[in-house]
Amino acid sequence: MPVPERMEFFIDPGRCIGCQACVQACSECDTHKGQSMIHLEFVHRAYTTQTVPVVCMHCDSPTCAEVCPADAIKKTGDGVVQTARKPRCIACNNCVLACPFGVPKMNTEAELMMKCDMCYDRTSEGKKPMCATVCPSQALFYGTREEIEAIRPRSAPTHAFRFGGQTVTTKVGMMLPRRREAEYLDVTAAMHEEGRGKAILLNMLEE
Amino acid sequence: MPDEDRDHDSATPDGRPAAAQPRWRQDFPIDTPQDNYIARREFAKFLVLISGAFAFGQVWILWENWRRRRRGEPALVQVASLEQVPVGGSLVFHYPNENEPCLLLRPSENTLVAYSQKCTHLSCPVVPEMQSGRLACPCHHGFFSIDDGRPLAGPPRRPLPRVNLTVRGGAVYAAGVELRTV
Repeated sequence: MPVPERMEFFIDPGRCIGCQACVQACSECDTHKGQSMIHLEFVHRAYTTQTVPVVCMHCDSPTCAEVCPADAIKKTGDGVVQTARKPRCIACNNCVLACPFGVPKMNTEAELMMKCDMCYDRTSEGKKPMCATVCPSQALFYGTREEIEAIRPRSAPTHAFRFGGQTVTTKVGMMLPRRREAEYLDVTAAMHEEGRGKAILLNMLEE
Repeated sequence: MPDEDRDHDSATPDGRPAAAQPRWRQDFPIDTPQDNYIARREFAKFLVLISGAFAFGQVWILWENWRRRRRGEPALVQVASLEQVPVGGSLVFHYPNENEPCLLLRPSENTLVAYSQKCTHLSCPVVPEMQSGRLACPCHHGFFSIDDGRPLAGPPRRPLPRVNLTVRGGAVYAAGVELRTV
């Protein structure tokens, strides 16, 4: 049974309180026991406590699947990019390096890439994904577009992300302020920045 | 050739239609329905190859039958003299070659039978139990009848190969192995 088309996943990073409930709930799932498919990322740990939950965005043209040399990552008709097929995955890490959102992670012990598949075993049965059921601040929301618009009148979901010259459209929506200008992310800018980790290390040595 | 009739769920990264995409993108599709898609040509190839394999198998069986018939009767080999096998006794010999241990059994005065010693389950050597009139395989508790070698109990389902015997002038000769399925 496919995931119903009207049910959508929305991430609202501004509401994330970093409680790790989603990570715990995800790792309790029997299909990947002990390993979480959702990552909780710190935006800038030295300056802020803000965290962002990272689930698979389920791109319309998934880069992970594009770069897979073993044909292991497939997308089902309902737009869900499935995790790597175990018999096909060769643990080459191409998808891990290619994904612009940093979603796929390599399980080196199992030699298998494992990533969020929007709890396909649950959502295809009409249930909500694990992380969305436990999120106390509703930073992770699974429901219809009407529901999210009713409870977040000042936000609107976006499905397009620009990485350098590439625009990636996704199935999962990111909640952003309704009045906003198009963000442009210069992916190579980080190369010219001063290494922040290095500066902290030097301070520690001086003391 | 691009397949126009396929459904394309995924968007292409450059936004051009699926038919305009390079060949490798069609060979390694991202959508599951396309991944499971079998073209008529592939299906026909599969049918032809599999039926060819079955047909070749039949020819091979006929060829093997013809070869077996051409080989003719095996040579008579003396395995023992009658005095060596007392009534209720048994004797191991190798026939038709070194690697085929066989059992010569004499359940009564005028009966002599011989079977391959290899259990038809996993080739463990069977042990005669003359009192109960059966051959026992100790590996998995398989039992065979001494009268005709058919399986009585346990995992073996096929009877033991029977060695045809001839007695001439007080000597026992083996004359061929009878492989049986039932």
